[in-house]
Amino acid sequence: MNPAYSVILFTTSSGAGYGLLALLGLVGVQHGQASSLAFALVALFIALALITVGLLSSTFHLGHPERAWRAFSQWRSSWLSREGVAAVVTYPVALAFGLVWSGLVDWPSLIGPLGWATAIMSGVTVFCTGKIYSSLKTIPQWHHGLTVPVYLVFGLATGAALLAPIATLFGRFQWFQIVLAVVALVAVLILKFAYWHSIDNAPRKHSMAAATGLGPGVRQWEVPHTNINFIQKEMGYAVARRHAQKLRRLVFLLLAMAIVFAVLAALLSPWLSFGLAVAALAAAVIERWLFFAEAVHVVNLYYGLANA
Amino acid sequence: MTSLPATTGKKLGLVIDLDICVGCQACATSCKEWNGQGVSAPLSDDNARGPQPMGTWLNRIHGYEVQEEGRDDSRIVHFPRSCLHCETPACVTVCPTGASYKRAEDGIVLVNPETCIGCKLCSWACPYGAREYDYASGVMKKCTLCVDRIYNENFVPEDRVPACVKACPTGARSFGDLGDPNSDVSTLVAERGGYDLFPEMGYKPTNKYLPPRPRRDKAIAGIEPLPAQDGSALDRLFAWADKLMTSSRATASVNPADVSDRLEG
Amino acid sequence: MNESMSQPVVNTQIKTWDEIKTTTCYMCACRCGIKVYLKDGTVKYIEGNRDYPVNKGVICGKGASGIMQHYSPARLSAPLIRVGERGKGEFKEISWEEALRTATMWLSQVRSSDPRKLAFFTGRDQSQGLTGWWASQFGTPNYAAHGGFCSVNMAAAGLYTYGGSFWEFGEPDWKHTKYFLLFGVAEDHASNPIKMGLGKLKKRGAKIVSVNPVKTGYSAIADEWIGIRPGTDGLLVGALIHVLLAAQKIDGEYLTRFTNAPWLIIENPGGADDGLVARNTAGTPLVYDPQTQSTKVAGTYGINPPLLGRFLLADGRKVVTSFTLIAERFLSKGYAPEAVSERCGVPADTIRRIAAELAHTAFEQAIEIDIPWTDYLGRQYETTRGRPVAMHAMRGISAHSNGFQTCRSIHLLQIILGTIDCPGGTRYKPPFPKPIPPGVKPAGKAHQVKPNTPLPGPPLGFVTSPDDLLVDAEGKALRIDKAYSWEAPLAAHGMMHMVINNAAKGDPYPIDVLFMYMANMSWNSAMNVPDTIAALTAKRDDGEYVIPHIIYSDAYASEMVHYADLIFPDTTYLERWDCISLLDRPISEPEGPADSIRQPVVQPDRNVRPFQDVLIDLGYRLGLPGLTKADGTPRYPGGYPDYIVNHERAPGLGPLAGFRGPGGKASGRGPVNPDQLQQYIDNGCHWFQEIPDRAKYYRHVNWDYLDWATFMGFLARPEPIIHQLYSEPLQKFRLAARGHGTVLPPPEHRRRVETYFDPMPFWYPPFEEEQVSGTEFPMHAITQRPMAMYHSWGSQNTWLRQILGRNWLYIHGNRAKALGVADGDWVNVISHHGTIKCQAKLMEGQDDSTVWTWNAIGKRSGTWALDANAPESKKGFLLNHLISDLLPEREGGYRYSNSDPITGQAAWYDLRVRVERCADQSAVSEPKFERLKPLRRAL
Ligand SMILES: Nc1nc2c(c(=O)[nH]1)N[C@H]1C(S)=C(S)[C@@H](COP(=O)(O)OP(=O)(O)OC[C@H]3O[C@@H](n4cnc5c(=O)[nH]c(N)nc54)[C@H](O)[C@@H]3O)O[C@H]1N2
Ligand SMILES: Nc1nc2c(c(=O)[nH]1)N[C@H]1C(S)=C(S)[C@@H](COP(=O)(O)OP(=O)(O)OC[C@H]3O[C@@H](n4cnc5c(=O)[nH]c(N)nc54)[C@H](O)[C@@H]3O)O[C@H]1N2
Ligand code: SF4
Ligand code: SF4
Ligand code: SF4
Ligand code: SF4
Ligand code: SF4
Ligand SMILES: [Mo]
Repeated sequence: MNPAYSVILFTTSSGAGYGLLALLGLVGVQHGQASSLAFALVALFIALALITVGLLSSTFHLGHPERAWRAFSQWRSSWLSREGVAAVVTYPVALAFGLVWSGLVDWPSLIGPLGWATAIMSGVTVFCTGKIYSSLKTIPQWHHGLTVPVYLVFGLATGAALLAPIATLFGRFQWFQIVLAVVALVAVLILKFAYWHSIDNAPRKHSMAAATGLGPGVRQWEVPHTNINFIQKEMGYAVARRHAQKLRRLVFLLLAMAIVFAVLAALLSPWLSFGLAVAALAAAVIERWLFFAEAVHVVNLYYGLANA
Repeated sequence: MTSLPATTGKKLGLVIDLDICVGCQACATSCKEWNGQGVSAPLSDDNARGPQPMGTWLNRIHGYEVQEEGRDDSRIVHFPRSCLHCETPACVTVCPTGASYKRAEDGIVLVNPETCIGCKLCSWACPYGAREYDYASGVMKKCTLCVDRIYNENFVPEDRVPACVKACPTGARSFGDLGDPNSDVSTLVAERGGYDLFPEMGYKPTNKYLPPRPRRDKAIAGIEPLPAQDGSALDRLFAWADKLMTSSRATASVNPADVSDRLEG
Repeated sequence: MNESMSQPVVNTQIKTWDEIKTTTCYMCACRCGIKVYLKDGTVKYIEGNRDYPVNKGVICGKGASGIMQHYSPARLSAPLIRVGERGKGEFKEISWEEALRTATMWLSQVRSSDPRKLAFFTGRDQSQGLTGWWASQFGTPNYAAHGGFCSVNMAAAGLYTYGGSFWEFGEPDWKHTKYFLLFGVAEDHASNPIKMGLGKLKKRGAKIVSVNPVKTGYSAIADEWIGIRPGTDGLLVGALIHVLLAAQKIDGEYLTRFTNAPWLIIENPGGADDGLVARNTAGTPLVYDPQTQSTKVAGTYGINPPLLGRFLLADGRKVVTSFTLIAERFLSKGYAPEAVSERCGVPADTIRRIAAELAHTAFEQAIEIDIPWTDYLGRQYETTRGRPVAMHAMRGISAHSNGFQTCRSIHLLQIILGTIDCPGGTRYKPPFPKPIPPGVKPAGKAHQVKPNTPLPGPPLGFVTSPDDLLVDAEGKALRIDKAYSWEAPLAAHGMMHMVINNAAKGDPYPIDVLFMYMANMSWNSAMNVPDTIAALTAKRDDGEYVIPHIIYSDAYASEMVHYADLIFPDTTYLERWDCISLLDRPISEPEGPADSIRQPVVQPDRNVRPFQDVLIDLGYRLGLPGLTKADGTPRYPGGYPDYIVNHERAPGLGPLAGFRGPGGKASGRGPVNPDQLQQYIDNGCHWFQEIPDRAKYYRHVNWDYLDWATFMGFLARPEPIIHQLYSEPLQKFRLAARGHGTVLPPPEHRRRVETYFDPMPFWYPPFEEEQVSGTEFPMHAITQRPMAMYHSWGSQNTWLRQILGRNWLYIHGNRAKALGVADGDWVNVISHHGTIKCQAKLMEGQDDSTVWTWNAIGKRSGTWALDANAPESKKGFLLNHLISDLLPEREGGYRYSNSDPITGQAAWYDLRVRVERCADQSAVSEPKFERLKPLRRAL
């Protein structure tokens, strides 16, 4: 699949934003009102900004951004629609949470429930994002049990990786934040390792033979058009295996660096958590790029690919 | 209308005979031509005179070479590919806007160009590559089964068929109701073993493909080979010619007209 | 949930047009009927016309892309005159008046001094009725259309054998045939009819056998593919004939009654009459009558002459039936399946099996149709018998230097099976059959070419003996292309491929004006492109171009436009009148004659004029008698439509056969009808008349048909057309080569004439193969027509170029492996003449000694309003750069044209090459010619 930058930006940025937002919600649940108005507002702002940038980037990726509102209508069947609805519902919840949590509105009894609601809605939204991909039977690498967990855990990990430096800025750094980040990053490591292992070893269930019904001896002879078309541009992207391996190693390296930064932040200086954030986000971007680039759409079976 | 109708009144679709298709592209260009000005308009062309011309087409003709089992030679199969108007296609259900829908009355899968936001998700959900995004108009395009022809009373009844079907010079494309077991298309599918593409996807395509027939390049029962014989073939031919002179088919009658003038000059 | 309630409403009743006009397609030469949908005068949609005889509603990939042809940005928009050097793209727009005045000036000088100095050659047009007549009015013999490099082998072989041809003069009986044998066809002129026919055969379960080195397209869907080695069909067919003769599976009655098989041939080795037909004093051929043990004139009622045997004439001369000679030839060991198998690449068993299937179908599966008929002798047949074996062949046969004789072999095969014009066989399309050969002789002998004087006849025709050749006393060619000379005596379509290079060499003489129409002669229709370009730009010592003036009419910015001095921009096919006439290449059906018109469905929005109008105007300006009235005014002031309606070739015979006479009631023959064009338009732009049932089959010998055809003006007299298995005209050339007669070939040509003018079909190796080393050039290289492209016009089409914007060289997987070539590698292809670089693609479905590519995809950069980096010029390529116009030197240093020795047909597919992986794998094809300076865009 074509690793379009808008989609990569959207999923990583909004993933991190929702991760952060969910954590803030849980912070509220745990600690009640925020200890600093500035911390609360800045942290919330960053979370929502990341989400919004992501959503806008995906909206402008549309052929008709002005019609984007229509995307809320098909929640009964469409994960994309559900994601949209969830995203939209999350905003007021998060804002309400922000008002009470930051103390701008003094209604402490709501912090808990709204914190939960914010965390859950964030999770739901990222879940829907993951489902958009995992529900596509046409792309075996996405139609995979780990797609949704990776989306969720990556959101959490990048959220946690952001939470620590933001907290540091406001002198609110706590070792628990590092524990959370490290746990999430380790989970990502494990899931991604499992995912990659799995897709590398998954049997290729689809074949040109099934695509064309012409039997196992079929191969491409003439292309239907000598220049690429939309289908090939969008779905014909293929990353070289060597290149992908390099990038996978880079993702692991960045995740490991993030963990090291996290540990060092806890041990040496909280300011090192900035390193954690940068490394985790970079890992997310590259992982997401690979998520697209390594995904092979079965339509390629009509265009010369033997198995998918 | 993103939810799929529970059943459709008809299952209109195409049957494509791979035994006859010569890959002439008539169906592809006729489709582009009709739909470039009908309800699907525009089907734009990008970089039309340039290095990478890329246009929106609803029907594309591939060529495959097949090594058939039990034979040492291959076979070239020309393979047209367009929307199969699946019964349970995810291209419809993934659509967030309802722009993509399957019609309840005839099963045709369409995109509403007024409400499509151009998110392209449906094209990801189609295993058949049948949806092409039109960059100029920012909406998804796909085969409409020429819904603006098949019911169009501006045409005489025999022209109320898809543009590709009307165009196809070999007659490799048939159009009809595959939900009606007695229709011509259903009969054809039954007789020729019409099959589904990507059955494992579970999309239940309406369109069917008829497989290439087996070759007929081995000895046919009942036809004696003409053997090499001993002796002079010329002598035998002479003997045969002698017989011929005496046994020639008698003419029925003699036309009394004088015909000698026909032989002069 | 009620879905239908919430479904959007689709407008299923759209009407995007306000008017529909019929006309005839010209995206290729098939000429299908189309309906053009128009809105406010712009073209919206084009579809096939159901009522039209050729296509009956279908359309092809090209035809449906007509809009893109019509609105192409490559269209020319105004007359141009060259202002810089030739080939540099320096042109100035001029007015039509100036353009016509310039042309008139150049041409009138030629006409008043030496009309031969005009060479007028037209390409893929369908107005040869007009252009040929114009040339003869002008007085130049140097006229032809593109047939010489296209299909003359087929046309001539058919017309010299059975009075029709595979070409456009006949077609398989799709309705009845049970066995269809197709030789060397990828697409052909009958683009849609062949596809429709194959579809029908498939549905009926008839067997289709395709003989072709490549298994794509029609061959891909054939029931059986015979992957023959190029140039060896003559052997394969000879072997089929061998097996059929050996098994006596031949139609003796057909041969005896309707062919010259029983005619007596004189056997007098060394004599002046050796090999001629024994005739009575009136010149009528003789046969032997066993009853009276004497000769009778052929076609005597009631006798049953033997097919085989040697006899003595009363005057003591030895004679033999022509069929004896044929049987002796084809029963010889050389034509045994086992003998030809290796060379053809076809197993002997397969040949025997095919022969058995042919025999079985023709004789065991014969059909009887309930139509009584009467033959030319008055013999009546209660029913019409069909031998349902049909054959068709085209350029796979035609484009070889042995194509004429190979095509004659195929006709021989058809005829011994008795399958010509019977139900299920290969049928004639009226006005065919014609006398064998047709009675027109080429004009252009020395005394016939005079200043300011029309030729006494048409420049093209059919020679029957050396006396008809256009050669001078030394035997040198009188025509610029050397057609009808000893190099190509039966060049019935001229030799367009030789004109430019001959003119540049001044061989046989220099010319003043080269006037061409609709032929991309500096590119894809040239053999030897580099030298052709050099010839077009060559200068004399005095600085003048060797070809001083080049006038060209094209509708698009093609490669050729750049090499012209004066350009007449033509309209597109939707903007003009045209006439698809029985006098030219008819669109008739076997069931009856048909012709049609093109009407302007839109008006040009540029300063362009239909070429035919321009030609008529020029003719008037030059004072050509046929185009000028006695009072000096133009004869056809209304231009081409005026000519179409009012021109008469003979009283009552004009370009259109339909709607003649008062009220348009007459067909075939009839006075001029001023409303004729409107009546065509009212009838969907075509006319068709069904032949009466009794006259539908065996038309060459069908009493009713011969009468009917004579009435229609198709035949001069209702005489039977007896198939000429043995061709006496060829023998006359052979006798000349042996020194008999008054017009003799120069000594250096004698051996060649003697060898190839065999009166009976035979196989010989194609010349290039014979002359170059088989180890140095071990492979064949051929092209195929892509179905969705028409030569160079196609790839400028915005839609079609997306489908096929570049080409590859296809190599058999095994061969590629042996050569160390992988899929996608760039390779050099090397012939005795040149080298090209192109990209290889591997496939299995082809003869492994052959490489091939799609024809005419490569474009020269700067043309056709395409981008500088268009794939057509970056990666596309032509084989033409490898194909020499001349053969390697023979003994004595003479280089013959790379053509069939009998007809002069260009031998494109004789090309021999070797393939090597390139060291330089950069993704560009070579050679790269200098980029041409793009012409200013039309809009
Ligand atoms: N290698 C190889 N070369 C071949 C062949 C092959 O098989 N292999 N085939 C040969 C054969 S059979 C043929 S017939 C030739 C064909 O070759 P050409 O006769 O050169 O055919 P086109 O390329 O179609 O070029 C015809 C010209 O007509 C112009 N034209 C198109 N429409 C109009 C119009 O309406 N009016 C006017 N005035 N001009 C128009 C086009 O722009 C183009 O420049 O190629 C020959 N060359
Ligand atoms: N779409 C389309 N249609 C066209 C044209 C076009 O450019 N495009 N051009 C028109 C013109 S001008 C012409 S002349 C006709 C020509 O129409 P075709 O006769 O169909 O011409 P080609 O495509 O050259 O096909 C020749 C076939 O012969 C095969 N062949 C080559 N050598 C041999 C041989 O030695 N033996 C046998 N048995 N086969 C051989 C080739 O593989 C190829 O399949 O098509 C006309 N129709
Ligand atoms: S072929 Fe593709 S676009 Fe058409 S209905 Fe099936 S899934 Fe949808
Ligand atoms: S591109 Fe249009 S039709 Fe396809 S899913 Fe998106 S909104 Fe629906
Ligand atoms: S049915 Fe209509 S839209 Fe569909 S492929 Fe055929 S022509 Fe195109
Ligand atoms: S028009 Fe018919 S024969 Fe031609 S490519 Fe399409 S289906 Fe095949
Ligand atoms: S076969 Fe030729 S004439 Fe007929 S529709 Fe196609 S391009 Fe036009
Ligand atoms: Mo041709």
